[in-house]
Amino acid sequence: MIPLSWYLILSAALFCIGLFGVLARKNAIIILLGVELMLNAVNVNLVAFWRYGDISLMAGQVFAIIVFAVAAAEVAVGLALVISVYRRRNTIIANEIDLLKW
Amino acid sequence: MTASQIIFLLVAIVTLGSALMVVASRNLVHAALWLVSTLFGVAIIYALLNAGFLAVVQVVVYIGAIATLFIFAVMLTRRDQLEGGVQLNSGWWLGALIAVLTFGGLFGMFQSWSGFSKTATDIPSGFDAVGQLGSALTSPVGFVLPFEVASVLLLAALVGAVYIAFNRK
Repeated sequence: MIPLSWYLILSAALFCIGLFGVLARKNAIIILLGVELMLNAVNVNLVAFWRYGDISLMAGQVFAIIVFAVAAAEVAVGLALVISVYRRRNTIIANEIDLLKW
Repeated sequence: MTASQIIFLLVAIVTLGSALMVVASRNLVHAALWLVSTLFGVAIIYALLNAGFLAVVQVVVYIGAIATLFIFAVMLTRRDQLEGGVQLNSGWWLGALIAVLTFGGLFGMFQSWSGFSKTATDIPSGFDAVGQLGSALTSPVGFVLPFEVASVLLLAALVGAVYIAFNRK
């Protein structure tokens, strides 16, 4: 059998890769892709704890489904913002979207 | 090493490799396609964890809807991406440092936890995971309130996305 630690290490690594993408890339779309990776890492953790804990308590899977819904909502609004910014400013580089920056 | 461990390791390598390609590739279309590969790997991980319903939802919602939405957004905005130039911002080393420190911190925290190398108990025969999930999502003593809040959130996101991206002449 696969020990729980393997899943936890996989999801920690996936989360950190996503975190690096969010923090280091300039492109707004890649930043959203990084957020997706982080949400997926969280979901792997939730499902792994469901499987390795009391299997009749469904809270882990329910929470993963709520995360799916939140991720879909976040992507829809995020990409709408990116497209709207691109239409007005003709750029999706996060450094150049600085109207609110002093 | 059992067969499931070998499958897990192969899937983990593919998932992490494609996740690295997502954040490292210069071409946005390639990044979105690598994301599809990562999401597929995560779907196989769900299947290994006996969460078949979530594996199907991952393929339908993430790969079918979210990754497609990303590819559409890339195609609507890609003009200035082909010029190349620097893809990382000036503080990228700080981001890399934070990511590595986060991983190290998580790993250290895991190792001091007693349940770290726990193995799964067998699923009792006749256990209906999908049925249990459905009744948990819809029963008043279960999670019906978060479920309804999620549907309101999706409606709000739908209206908001249409409003933001709407092109006023």
